[in-house]
Amino acid sequence: MLDILLSILILTGAIFTFIGSLGLARLRDFYTRLHGPTKATTLGVGCLLIASAVFFSVRDEGVSLHEVLVTLFLFITAPVSAHLLAKAALHLKLKSLAPTPLPDSDTPSNSSD
Amino acid sequence: MRRLLPHPLLSLTLAFLWLLLVNQLSAGHLVLGALLGWLIPFATSRFWPEQIRIRHPFTLLRYLVVFVIDIVRGSFHVARLILLGPARLRPMFVTVPLALKTDLAISLLANTISLTPGTVSARLSADKQTLIVHTLDTDDADALVAEIKQRYEAPLKRIFEEGHE
Amino acid sequence: MMLNIVIPIAYTLVSLAFLLSFWRLLKGPDAPDRILALDTLYVNTIALLVLLGIHLGSAIYFEAALLIAMMGFVGTVALCKYLLHGDIIE
Repeated sequence: MLDILLSILILTGAIFTFIGSLGLARLRDFYTRLHGPTKATTLGVGCLLIASAVFFSVRDEGVSLHEVLVTLFLFITAPVSAHLLAKAALHLKLKSLAPTPLPDSDTPSNSSD
Repeated sequence: MRRLLPHPLLSLTLAFLWLLLVNQLSAGHLVLGALLGWLIPFATSRFWPEQIRIRHPFTLLRYLVVFVIDIVRGSFHVARLILLGPARLRPMFVTVPLALKTDLAISLLANTISLTPGTVSARLSADKQTLIVHTLDTDDADALVAEIKQRYEAPLKRIFEEGHE
Repeated sequence: MMLNIVIPIAYTLVSLAFLLSFWRLLKGPDAPDRILALDTLYVNTIALLVLLGIHLGSAIYFEAALLIAMMGFVGTVALCKYLLHGDIIE
């Protein structure tokens, strides 16, 4: 029973990690490529970490929760990285499949060289 | 009380994180965790100018449940779109006008948007009035904005900003 | 043991993910693409380390995973700051 749960978690995690990178390699502009690693990869690694927590909790007969720390950390940092990358890409005016919004006064222009 | 324990929520979180980090629950680590949770807010007080108040804990709880469900939904959504291929994507930049005022609520909203189906927050305007969001596959921008406002912004406003100012 | 079958499959999938991210890192075409690929590589490394930990039944790989997660995030933020301002420390 436990074996099946672990197998499902590990397989789901590995498949999502793979799909995240597949999106990174396959899609056509930076802004669409950003979606795969931010969501799919993060959930994939989250699944693997939960599998690890279950595995060590059962094996060592004590609760092993420090994997939760990495999971939380990844789920907090992934959107922050994505936001900063998107902001940098808009600042650098990367080519986009969608019409890009007008530049904002927030982005400084003194470093455009 | 305020001076002795300036950020009770932060202290509690820090103590809990310490217990997770050492991965054991012994009396010694409980004391050490409590001590760290008490001392670190003093050392970093410059970074925490405002007091966080949670007004509706149950709304927060419901928000967290919706958030976790939407993370899973968002991953399946993006996985399906990636497998179907780039040709049928309809990417778009959408501008979301913000009703939120505090920095904490705005950053939580932006992070939520990035983890939930089809959207990544891309830029906050300098006056913090609008948030630009990139979506992967949509043809109805207004419906998307309405969904973001109703599903995520309204509960955040209720939790962190009710009666604010 | 079902795990004996599942773990090699998972290794293969994560390694393929690693290669795909690495390909994007080499190909670019722009700096943000490369930073995104590098960030994804950090997360893939964490996945690989966690799998290795389960496979070998050893918890010590966790510490490495935690460090990579933290350093990876700091690195990504620093690189983005550099792209945005041409400077890391404002």
